[in-house]
Amino acid sequence: MGISLIVVVVIVTALLFDFTNGFHDTANAMATSIATGALTPRVAVIIAGVLNLVGAFLSVQVAKTISSGLVNEAKITPVVIFAGLVGAILWNLVTWLLGLPSSSSHALFGGLIGATLVAAGTGAVNFGAVLTKVVLPAVISPVLAGLVALIATFLAYRLTARSDQGTVSKGFRLGQIVSASMVALAHGTNDAQKTMGIITLTLITAGVLAPNSGPPFWVILSAGLAIALGTYVGGWRIIRTLGRRVADIQTPQGFAAETASTVVILASSHLGFALSTTQVATGAIFGAGAGRRLASVKWGVAGQLALAWIVTLPAAAIVGAVAAWTASTGTAGTVIVAVVAVAVAAGIYAASRRRPVTASNVNDVEQPPTAAQPVAVGGGVQ
Amino acid sequence: MNIAWGSLGVVVVVSLAVGVAVVVLVAFALVGLAARRPVPVDSTGVGRRSSLSPAVGTAVATLCLVAVAAIVGYGLYIIVA
Repeated sequence: MGISLIVVVVIVTALLFDFTNGFHDTANAMATSIATGALTPRVAVIIAGVLNLVGAFLSVQVAKTISSGLVNEAKITPVVIFAGLVGAILWNLVTWLLGLPSSSSHALFGGLIGATLVAAGTGAVNFGAVLTKVVLPAVISPVLAGLVALIATFLAYRLTARSDQGTVSKGFRLGQIVSASMVALAHGTNDAQKTMGIITLTLITAGVLAPNSGPPFWVILSAGLAIALGTYVGGWRIIRTLGRRVADIQTPQGFAAETASTVVILASSHLGFALSTTQVATGAIFGAGAGRRLASVKWGVAGQLALAWIVTLPAAAIVGAVAAWTASTGTAGTVIVAVVAVAVAAGIYAASRRRPVTASNVNDVEQPPTAAQPVAVGGGVQ
Repeated sequence: MNIAWGSLGVVVVVSLAVGVAVVVLVAFALVGLAARRPVPVDSTGVGRRSSLSPAVGTAVATLCLVAVAAIVGYGLYIIVA
């Protein structure tokens, strides 16, 4: 059985999602390293891109289990997956424009759930699995990463307080290069595989692959390349938010935050919890900020991020649902969804060029809003 | 609905233990390395000369970094395996 046009469209869309996932998440591994000067912005994104690609090849466990349980695979078609991906991509682009480190995974799950709800009804979504596999880890993992980073930062400062600060600062800077690389690698093993899982699922629903197949080599390679390329391009707006606007981060804090992120991501993945690398990294940075000095954390920014986290899944679900409803009306509907999605993406890109954030100005930040003057989501972030 | 509280508990305990252990070990290693060079006392009083001898400091640092390398290596092994 050959590959039909819609399957090709879904694969391309999935790789586009993977690309947005990559540039959305560069910040997870590299934001604090760039903020502390442990790595220059350009070197940081190259390391992150390469390690994401390497990570994509290390394991296929997450890809194999991505389709297990959230939605009923038997009831969905490539068109539904396409609509879900459109929802996820558009939400990723909107949050990138606002500089918000929202979860790409939640955007993906949300888009798929919304599209499935419209196309196949409530019976096709396993809400119990959504609660235990998505919502529960989403609540616990950032708090856990924050707690680990907080304790580790506090101890790091206490233990090294009486030692030569030059040696300590240089040592933690070197440590950051290793810890940031570990986060990038862990990210590749997790997030690249979400796209591999989606493409594999599409090929299975189209009858190209046998049920329960693992991802073919070309799927692993293309998904790895897409996320690596996205990571290399770098979501500078989000890097600025995490590295500069959350707290004033020093090298011991960056090291503690990245170590906490790596440990939580690896421990969770190993035991089968699908968590958001973005939320873990963000929680760890808040914890590291609080570990040195509670007042150094901008809690107003924390409020914005928490709101973005809560909204991500339902927002992507709504876009996915609308896209699925339109696309299910036939080929014309599917084309309209594609054209509208491309147009919106182009518009978001145009809007971002008004005040671009690039490798060269990522660390220059305007006087950030204080906790006493919380700004609305997007109000202070352009 | 079936929440795997056991696995969740393991994630919490392992993350806390390993994350804090790695950072503390690196901090200890840096305390050891800092003892290798004599530090002039500056006006703020920060950077007093360590009473740790350079040799002991180096040994402690090496030991701590080997332990960290072991933890990181095992972490990589877990991803690959």
